[in-house]
Amino acid sequence: MALSINLTVNGEAVTKTVEPTCLLVDFLRDDLQLTGTHVGCDTSQCGACTIHLDGQPVKACTILAVQADGAEILTIEGLAPEGELHPMQAAFAQHHGLQCGFCTPGMVMTGIGIARQHPDADEATIRRELEGNLCRCTGYQNIVKAVAAGTRLMTDSES
Amino acid sequence: MFRFDYHRATSLEDARAAFDAAEDGVFLAGGMTLIPTLKQRLAMPSDLVDLSGVEALRGITLEGDHVKIGAMVSHKDVAKSPNVRDAIPALAILAGDIGDPMVRARGTLGGSVANNDPAADYPGAVLGLGATIQTDRREILADDFFTAMFETALEDGELISSIRFPRPERAAYVKFHNPASRYAIAGVFVAQLGEKVRVAVTGAGPTVFRHREMEQALERTFAPDALEGIAVDAGPLNSDMHASADFRAHLVKVMAVRAVVQALK
Repeated sequence: MALSINLTVNGEAVTKTVEPTCLLVDFLRDDLQLTGTHVGCDTSQCGACTIHLDGQPVKACTILAVQADGAEILTIEGLAPEGELHPMQAAFAQHHGLQCGFCTPGMVMTGIGIARQHPDADEATIRRELEGNLCRCTGYQNIVKAVAAGTRLMTDSES
Repeated sequence: MFRFDYHRATSLEDARAAFDAAEDGVFLAGGMTLIPTLKQRLAMPSDLVDLSGVEALRGITLEGDHVKIGAMVSHKDVAKSPNVRDAIPALAILAGDIGDPMVRARGTLGGSVANNDPAADYPGAVLGLGATIQTDRREILADDFFTAMFETALEDGELISSIRFPRPERAAYVKFHNPASRYAIAGVFVAQLGEKVRVAVTGAGPTVFRHREMEQALERTFAPDALEGIAVDAGPLNSDMHASADFRAHLVKVMAVRAVVQALK
C-alpha cells in the first residue's frame, strides 16, 4: 500500500506518495528529478549515492523512501543553491579530485561529513573515513587532498 | 523487491501488534542487511515493521559492572559512546570498524546480533564477553543464543530489546578484513573476566563459536606465548572464494595471538 511521506529536501518541504518498495535514491532521482545523487553499485559498497539524512552521511540506495518520512535530506544539489560552489566542491575542483565525475557527488557529501566530524582530520583519518566511497579513476590521491583542503576551508569559514 | 507493506512502530507494543497482524512480518532495524536482501529478492515478507521510532530500544547505560546497550543503537553511537569506550574499549573499537562510516550510521547492534551473519563482528563480542541478550519476553545467555548460520534462539516475533555486556579486566578484538566488503574473514574476540577467559571466533565458521582450548591455555597464562602449539581444526570452518578452511584456521590462530597482544596493551 502506497504511503504519504513528508520530508525536507534541500531546504524545501516535500509531500509525496510512495510505494514502500521505493528506495530513497530512486525517490530523489525519479520523483524529485535530483539526479546528482548517483546509483553506482546499488549494493551499499560504492558510496556514489551518499546523501545527508538529518546531517549524517548515509547510502541512499540502502534506505527506503518511507524510512525518510520526517527527515531532513541534503543532496549534492543543495550545496550551492546560489550557484557559488560549496567549499568542499571548490576544493575538489582546485585539487583535481575527480576524473570521470561519477563518484564525485558521493565523495563531496562524505567529505563534508568528514569535515564536520573531524575538523582536524589528518590524511590517515580521511583515508579511513573514505572507506565507503569507491573511485575507479583517480587512485584517491587527489580526492584525499581535496577533502583535506575542503576541510580546512570549511573549518576556517566556520571559525 | 517483492511488494510489502510498511509500518513504523512507535512502541514495543505497537511493534508486536503490527508483527502479529502481518501474514509474514519482519522487523526492520537499520536495514543494512535486510534491505539488500529484499533488493536481491532473497526474502518476501508481507510486512516490514520499522523499529526506528521505538524509544525503548535506544540508549546506552552503565549498570554497575555492566554496559547495557539498546538494540537500536547504531554502530557509530556505540563506537563514540564515552561509557562504552571507558568500560569496554574493545567493544567501541569493534563497533567503529564494522563496514564503513555510512553503514555504521545506520546499522544497529540488535539487527546485527539477530541476523547472526557468520561474518558479522558483533556476535564475536556478545559471545566473547558472555553478554546477556534481553528480549521482549526473556533473557538469553550468549552461550545459548547463536545456534547456527543466520539462526538464533529468538522465536518467531521475538525482539531483542537490549544487550548487557560485562566489563572485562581486559579484552580485544582483531579481525582479518575481506579487503572489498570489510567483513571478517576471521575475527577473534578475547576477554579476561575475573579468573575466566573467553575466546570467540567469528567469520571463520558457520556461526560464531568459542575456542575452549585457547581459553584454558589463556586462563593458565594470559600471554600470546600461551597459544603456542594450539592447533585450530579446519574441519568445521567455512571454505569459499575468499578463503579456504585451512587458511581460515591459520588466520584464527594469528588473530587470537594478536588479540591477546592487543588486550595486554
